[in-house]
Amino acid sequence: MAWETVIGLEVHVQLSTKSKLFSGSDIKFGAEPNTQANIFDLALPGTLPVFNESVLKMAVKFGLAINAKINKKSVFDRKNYFYPDLPKGYQVSQLDHPTVGPGSLKIKLDNGAEKKININRAHIEEDAGKSLHEDYQGMSGIDLNRAGTPLLEIVSEPDLRSAEEAVLFLKKLHSVIRYLDISDAIMAEGSMRCDANISVRKVGEIELGTRTEIKNINSFRFVERAINHEVRRQIELIEDGADIAQETRLYDSELDETRPMRSKEIANDYRYFPEPDLLPIIIDDTYIDAVRDELPELPEEKKQRFISQLKLNEYDAGVLVTNREIADFFEEIAIATQDSKAAANWVSQDMMALLNKNNCTILETPISAERLSSLIMRIKDGTISGKIAKRVFEFMVSDSSSVDSIIKEKGLEQVSDTNVIDQLVDDVIAKNQSQVEQYRAGKEQVIGFLVGQCMQQSKGKANPSQVNALLREKMR
Amino acid sequence: MIEKTVSELARALSTGSVSSVELTQAFIDRITSIDTQQNSYITVDEETALRQARQADDARSRGTDTLLLGIPIAHKDLFCTQGTKTTCGSKMLKDFVSPYDATVVARLKDSGAVTLGKTNCDEFAMGSSTENSFFGPTRNPWGQNRVPGGSSGGSASAVAAGLCAMATGTDTGGSIRQPASFCGVTGLKPTYGRVSRWGMIAYASSLDVGGPLAKTAHDAAIMLNAIAGHDPKDSTSVSISTEDYTQSLDAPLTNLRIGLPRQYFSKDLDPRVATIIQETARDLEKLGATLVDIDLQKSTLSLPAYYVIAPAEASTNLSRYDGVRYGYRCDDPLDLEDMYTRSRTEGFGNEVKRRIMIGTYALCAGYYDAYYKKAQKIRRLVKQDFDNAFQNVDVILSPTSPFTAFELGAKKDPVSMYLEDVYTLGVNLAGIPGISVPAGFIDGLPIGAQLIAPDFKEGLLLNIAHQYQQNSDWHKQKPSISKGVK
Repeated sequence: MAWETVIGLEVHVQLSTKSKLFSGSDIKFGAEPNTQANIFDLALPGTLPVFNESVLKMAVKFGLAINAKINKKSVFDRKNYFYPDLPKGYQVSQLDHPTVGPGSLKIKLDNGAEKKININRAHIEEDAGKSLHEDYQGMSGIDLNRAGTPLLEIVSEPDLRSAEEAVLFLKKLHSVIRYLDISDAIMAEGSMRCDANISVRKVGEIELGTRTEIKNINSFRFVERAINHEVRRQIELIEDGADIAQETRLYDSELDETRPMRSKEIANDYRYFPEPDLLPIIIDDTYIDAVRDELPELPEEKKQRFISQLKLNEYDAGVLVTNREIADFFEEIAIATQDSKAAANWVSQDMMALLNKNNCTILETPISAERLSSLIMRIKDGTISGKIAKRVFEFMVSDSSSVDSIIKEKGLEQVSDTNVIDQLVDDVIAKNQSQVEQYRAGKEQVIGFLVGQCMQQSKGKANPSQVNALLREKMR
Repeated sequence: MIEKTVSELARALSTGSVSSVELTQAFIDRITSIDTQQNSYITVDEETALRQARQADDARSRGTDTLLLGIPIAHKDLFCTQGTKTTCGSKMLKDFVSPYDATVVARLKDSGAVTLGKTNCDEFAMGSSTENSFFGPTRNPWGQNRVPGGSSGGSASAVAAGLCAMATGTDTGGSIRQPASFCGVTGLKPTYGRVSRWGMIAYASSLDVGGPLAKTAHDAAIMLNAIAGHDPKDSTSVSISTEDYTQSLDAPLTNLRIGLPRQYFSKDLDPRVATIIQETARDLEKLGATLVDIDLQKSTLSLPAYYVIAPAEASTNLSRYDGVRYGYRCDDPLDLEDMYTRSRTEGFGNEVKRRIMIGTYALCAGYYDAYYKKAQKIRRLVKQDFDNAFQNVDVILSPTSPFTAFELGAKKDPVSMYLEDVYTLGVNLAGIPGISVPAGFIDGLPIGAQLIAPDFKEGLLLNIAHQYQQNSDWHKQKPSISKGVK
């Protein structure tokens, strides 16, 4: 039987403000427990929230980037439940009047087709603290550093049809958020977190199946694995004639399985009501327009510009704009070298491979855009061949000196001296008489072998076009 | 000396006829002699008070001469005071010491006032008699078997008995005005947002406001000058500028239109109370005001709306008292659930638990529309009702409470206690200011008249109250407990 998977994502993004949503505490990652929690964060009696307006701007930026309706009035609500890492006994969130209303993002499927994924809303809310269960001999520790960190919760419609689509959507979302620079959005550090609502139904059915919510998925890879696992579990259950329980499940990445959360971990009724300690946020078109004016170029626009202005093909442009830093890196090189094709090849192939190998970001590599530009320039001006350039690139990873001094020090300059090449060509012709015969007999492709011999003998340094021309001349 | 008003004391301090240390010591002595019986205070911080008094005297010797410099006052134990216990009248916070001062406390401190201590109140301000305090009931200086009203009963009784020059209170449904009426003092509930709530421990956030309990309207104006004004730490505090509330006290009452709501003088009202308020109206008429009968049709809806909204907010405001970070924690909890349940069961009193339950119920998913949402609609109607009335009158006059102080333990049924606040609740729902001024006596017990004005017209209320007090002496009467004191 054919099954269709229906997925909606709830993505929590920690906004990278200087201070918390309603208090002046810092929100640096990795600080000692409870060093970033003030009297408000501890929910001491009598303390009151004061809204951090930079959060509003970030939320509106995001809304504009996904072409969403920006609500002129947003209202904070209290979501009530007891948990030790929730000091006030309620989380301040936005229920009926979120700052960002309906919008959408397009993803590019593997078959090249574009698919629009609708986003229901994005609302502002507080993060909770952390309960630490290790090292306390039967007790729990509470770290309130994270409590009150501003979050944007982005809720997609159930428009995703596979784990792959979910990952594509999440990556696109990540890319937009990084472009807007409103969050670090590092899943491993929890600054971007994903819950997935998953159900299955028979192909052709209109009604949605019973869904489960999978929490605690903290990498792109786990999103795919958690969804695939859950889909298999649901299909197996239904095929065995069982029902799916509507429940919240945790993904365990070590066992690669989902399991139900204990019912005590889930409150049944959050008793939402408008937060009386805060006034509604009212904004006007002037405010929205001002934020719009500050929007950076977004991935889609950048891609179109790379295609039209820098003459990249669609594929290269798409790869390069995924990450804002990589796109900027590429563009700097394209401008410096006036050779966007070479820049695109070096960045999307050699640099990307390097990043994957070293598991680092483009800003952390020893190869700056400036150095890569001069490498490309040395190819263009004939100092080195493209092949030698790959070797120089390898040296550049561990050697921070300039491209020119690496070439010089390692003796990698291309040999273009006519006398030297003349000698080289004579030598190769003398040693490979049978191939020369074949060439002269009209077997044109043998030239490749002979050029290769010259290059090998010169350790790759001979100017290949010079070698080629001279060989042909001498064998005429 | 302790019988004097703040403005009189300020003059005495200014001329040097008394020092702040002498004055503070006199109040402490008086507290020591009678408060074991009266129980107006939960905490008296003698050491801090005398230190502040010395600082005030030093400042004066260096040339500072402000009205509140060296004046000994008390704070309702709902205001956070750095270094002195803040209990909210609850076992939950019986040993809680705040690491910071409430804005009201800080502003009065900055004005030079000396803090004698913290006054008793109904637990988390929930009550109308100060009987719901973990620290025992406060007695009314006008009758030792009578309640002082509530929830600011400690503050009102302390002012009445000369245990402080004046005191702060908080008013969520009448908690400043009703005890002012019961104790024969002047109590002002400012407009919502006029006084910062930072550090004023929340009962019902959208209704709570801090204000003065004083011997006279003039004194209340002096305190309001110190505490009113925008506070960036309270998002609901308004940025509208304040005025010098002592400046308008002497304005004549000519052209003043006073509304008497028919619904507040129904047949059910004790005729003795009705007579007193009508006399107050005639006295004000003599001072130049015009009396107008008006309607407040929606006023009967205030009580049920209030008892949904206030408990709803309270139920979540009080969630933070969970035994995790501060406050009472039960002994030997078995697990988290047990710690929550027992800490809260043992730490809160019955009335607080009752209101948490009412509020939790009203906010539940299935009942939200029927209760909380409907109550909010009523709240808007009540506000509209007042707005309409103020089209035709400048202020409204009514009883503060339908009764004088009742006997301790007399109101066993919570609903009969809730009815205490029938004249005061609407003012909180509408967010407008109200004042209670002593207007007469019934069987030796004081009763207050309430004046209500539109938003931010505290100056007008104080002006009328002051003019009335210039022409009456109800506010000058002293309870028997005060007789024979120098």
